[in-house]
Amino acid sequence: MNAPVSIDAKSNGSGGYLREHLVVIGNGMAGCRTVEEILSRDADRYTITIFGAEPRVNYDRIMLSPVLAGEKSFEEIIINDQSWYDDNDIELVSGDKVIAIKREAKEIVSESGRVTSYDRLLIATGSDPFIIPVPGHDLPGVITFRDLDDVDKMLSAAGKGGHAVVIGGGLLGLEAAHGLHLQGMNVTVLHLMPTLMERQLDEAAGFLLKSELEQRGQTILTGADTAEILGDGHVTGVKLKDGTEIAADLVVMAVGIRPAVALAKNADLEVERGIVVDDHMVTSDPAIMAVGECVQHRGAVYGLVAPLWEMCRALADQATENPSGYAGSVTSTKLKVSGINVFSAGDFSGGEDCEDIVMRDASRGIYKRVVVKENKLIGAVLYGDTADGSWYFDLLKTQEDISDIREALIFGQAFASGDALGDPDSAVAALSDNAEICGCNGVSKGQVVACINAGAGDLDAVRASCKASASCGSCTGLVESLLAITLGDEYGGARAETPMCKCTSFTHEDVRRNVVEKQLKSIPEVMQELHWTTPDGCSSCRPALNYYLLCAWPSEHEEDPQSRFVNERMHANIQKDGTYSVVPRMWGGVTTPNELRAIADAADKYEARLVKVTGGQRLDLFGIKKEDLPAIWADLNAAGMVSGHAYGKSLRTVKTCVGSEWCRFGTQDSTGLGIKTERMTWGSWMPHKFKIAVSGCPRNCAEATIKDFGIICVDSGYELMVGGNGGIKLRGTDFLCKVETEEEALEYCAAFIQLYREEARYLDRTAPWIERVGLEYVKSRIVEDDDGRLKLAQRFLHAQSILQKDPWEERAAGKDAHLHKHIAEIRPFAVVEAG
Amino acid sequence: MNDAKWIDIGPVDQLLTLGARTLPVQGGEEIAIFRTSNGSVHALINKCPHKQGPLSQGIVHDTSVTCPLHNWRISLLTGEALGEDKGCVPVIPVKIDGGRIYIDRAATLAGVM
Ligand code: SRM
Ligand SMILES: Cc1cc2nc3c(=O)[nH]c(=O)nc-3n(C[C@H](O)[C@H](O)[C@H](O)COP(=O)(O)OP(=O)(O)OC[C@H]3O[C@@H](n4cnc5c(N)ncnc54)[C@H](O)[C@@H]3O)c2cc1C
Ligand code: SF4
Ligand code: FES
Repeated sequence: MNAPVSIDAKSNGSGGYLREHLVVIGNGMAGCRTVEEILSRDADRYTITIFGAEPRVNYDRIMLSPVLAGEKSFEEIIINDQSWYDDNDIELVSGDKVIAIKREAKEIVSESGRVTSYDRLLIATGSDPFIIPVPGHDLPGVITFRDLDDVDKMLSAAGKGGHAVVIGGGLLGLEAAHGLHLQGMNVTVLHLMPTLMERQLDEAAGFLLKSELEQRGQTILTGADTAEILGDGHVTGVKLKDGTEIAADLVVMAVGIRPAVALAKNADLEVERGIVVDDHMVTSDPAIMAVGECVQHRGAVYGLVAPLWEMCRALADQATENPSGYAGSVTSTKLKVSGINVFSAGDFSGGEDCEDIVMRDASRGIYKRVVVKENKLIGAVLYGDTADGSWYFDLLKTQEDISDIREALIFGQAFASGDALGDPDSAVAALSDNAEICGCNGVSKGQVVACINAGAGDLDAVRASCKASASCGSCTGLVESLLAITLGDEYGGARAETPMCKCTSFTHEDVRRNVVEKQLKSIPEVMQELHWTTPDGCSSCRPALNYYLLCAWPSEHEEDPQSRFVNERMHANIQKDGTYSVVPRMWGGVTTPNELRAIADAADKYEARLVKVTGGQRLDLFGIKKEDLPAIWADLNAAGMVSGHAYGKSLRTVKTCVGSEWCRFGTQDSTGLGIKTERMTWGSWMPHKFKIAVSGCPRNCAEATIKDFGIICVDSGYELMVGGNGGIKLRGTDFLCKVETEEEALEYCAAFIQLYREEARYLDRTAPWIERVGLEYVKSRIVEDDDGRLKLAQRFLHAQSILQKDPWEERAAGKDAHLHKHIAEIRPFAVVEAG
Repeated sequence: MNDAKWIDIGPVDQLLTLGARTLPVQGGEEIAIFRTSNGSVHALINKCPHKQGPLSQGIVHDTSVTCPLHNWRISLLTGEALGEDKGCVPVIPVKIDGGRIYIDRAATLAGVM
């Protein structure tokens, strides 16, 4: 046939045309951008047809969040309207999904039955939202967040008000939650992991984000594992694995995305997690290219737009015979929730060859962390102030050497590129006289310098005279710099009081005071408010903080098992071979045949390798395996025994002697009083271990004069002794006072313990604590202040009413079972899961 | 998806943030699996290079664990003792994929048969 061939023909067959036919599957962000890039390079090269499953033109998917929030309309987020397709002679087949690729025939088939042949095919199908296959996942009212239809469904549901549950606390889920909240719904976010956006944010930033969203009125449940979506005909609620039920009129699943690879897979293209492409975005079939979220390049798949732009450029270069190649992308994340600034980029998992630089400004709600490795920036997390995000991201991508600006890096670009480089003192010197040094007390640099010149020669003097650094203490470093600059050689150096640990400049006392004054109730909160310089503390500050919080807020405290030393986490003493010893409480050192039988049976059953009488008047079973602990405790519990806390920074034992009941010298019932004392004090957590003894007469057979609290019975009453220690450094007790009745002895004991609990530094026994604060101080609080003593004793008993529980009982009943179980067990060539 | 290289040992959420659990290998060493606050997962032979303390029972912070017996700090990335202390414990390659933990088969079974 001789029919003339039109150059502009929209072809249904490939042969004979001058232009090649490029068919694009996917009218989304990557597909259309590729077409734009190709047109800009060589507008006449291809005849182009674009298929899109969505019945609309190309729009900016990431702006669906502002559309949901009511900040933008659909018209405002259109990238290419119909005239773009027309002007460029592109045929748009919208609302018609491609259902098959026939590679041999070089054709594609769409849902409407249309068959289109191609010379080159571009797959840009994006991703499918992942739906957790729990019962009820397909109920009406359960939707995903991917395209405009989803947004329309959410908006019409929101119009009726009610409760929305968003499953997934990642970027997408939080943007959905924010939008629905603004649309007037009651929003609960369920997140499986302990921190929000855990892939982009560290624990500290995730915590700040959670607090902020909660303050705005959203309910955020972390560690929430969805078991079922409830409803009959329409969703009515969500049920969690722990049994909690949450009412819902709308459920949004935003738990992740999966590259949309079905078409490619059915066409036998190479597919792993995504459609595998080379550096030129060509698939295993040279006539087929792929781009966007559906591809896997050098092992990576992406879920953000920035990498797509780079891919599109490489693809267009290749498709116009000018190959450049794509080498993968480094990505950064921002959350599009108005008023909340979050930025993260690169790798912030850290490591010892990395240095973390952390800055926290609690009053402005700012947390910044940059990670430096071999003088290069490798990661950044910013919360609150993200102005320098792009600067950090740039440093990260260019891998510029930052050694020259290292000291100033965390303060941001403006600061780092100024004159005040390197030395923090010169940075402070460069500040103007009006610059505020102490935010709490509103003290300027000029005022601090004036007070130093007027004679305040050290930190305490500055604090006393102009109040700078006298409150929260976060400006201590600045004040010390000013002392150094102003006094020069005369300055005696930073104060001698040592900070809690290397993560902070605060002393134990500073921290305890702030916990109470600022009502800090969780470890991340303390770290943020008190400007911790590490992301999650260390093995020395975490247990201390956990204790300080427990002591300050007994009724609200949430235990952080990861901040307990092993013995307190396992409620048993770890031994050198990794087994444990188990010590049941033996009240006042008194036992019964039944208890002894139960101990003997337990020793047999759990193959204790040694049973020993301890120096604390009770029995210790050695060599118990961590897996057996809950069972042995259950057995001992059944015989009426509770944990002896032989492992804890807590009350250990109350030693007694036989006393007046039997002994010819006994003056009072020392055994009975010892038991009463132990019943009152057991289970109490303290700064360090605490031991008590009651002796029936001054012969002192219970060694009460080397205990933290000792009672020596005499004819006329009870002599109370404090601050003894029989351990590393022997210290005899100090005489506190004498009381007449058992009731008084118990009240003084409770008050003394509470004073120690509230004021001593973590890991201070009473002996060094008393040496530091002085016996007179203790007397003034316990002996001379009747009202104060009573209040201390009441606070102790209040704390005991909440915290005095047998940890064994909870464990035997299954609490924290994971601590005792292996994660799995491996036999060669087989895996047995233990769950 | 157990394959020649990786063994699936279950979902990531079995590990608490800053927590650790153990994986006994029949006829071989016990392996300790740790999770950091950034969500990354690491595995070491569960024996401190100092005196064989069970590292799985230590306190995890940043990318290190402090041994429960005498407070040596061990890197989760390299298995090396940090600071003044000297010693090293073998690291077993692990990865997370689709919310599950995979552990290197060869390294796990090394020395076992
Ligand atoms: C079991 C026992 C030894 C025995 O077989 O008798 C014992 C065993 C340990 N003692 Fe003790 N002490 C035991 C009575 C004592 C006593 C005597 C007493 O309480 O009347 C003292 C001296 C009195 C005192 O504390 O003032 C004592 C002073 C110490 C010290 C030094 C404390 C100090 O302030 O200087 C330590 C180290 C520490 O706590 O940091 C210690 C630490 C330990 C640890 C916990 C070491 C450790 O961290 O692993 C031992 C645990 C072994 C285990 O797994 O059970 N143990 N220890 C005693 C348990 C008593 C009980 O029933 O709870
Ligand atoms: C609400 C929301 C907010 C986001 N916010 C951000 C952000 O702030 N920053 C960021 O970087 N990224 C963000 N993203 C991610 C970003 O939108 C995606 O990375 C990007 O859209 C991926 O482009 P793509 O072309 O690969 O896929 P898409 O844009 O999804 O395009 C794929 C298109 O192909 C169509 N299609 C699929 N299969 C077929 C078929 N068989 N036949 C025909 N058509 C088909 C789909 O209908 C879709 O229109 C957000 C995503 C969402 C949903
Ligand atoms: S004296 Fe030393 S060896 Fe003996 S139990 Fe106490 S800590 Fe262990
Ligand atoms: S065994 Fe680990 S520090 Fe001693």
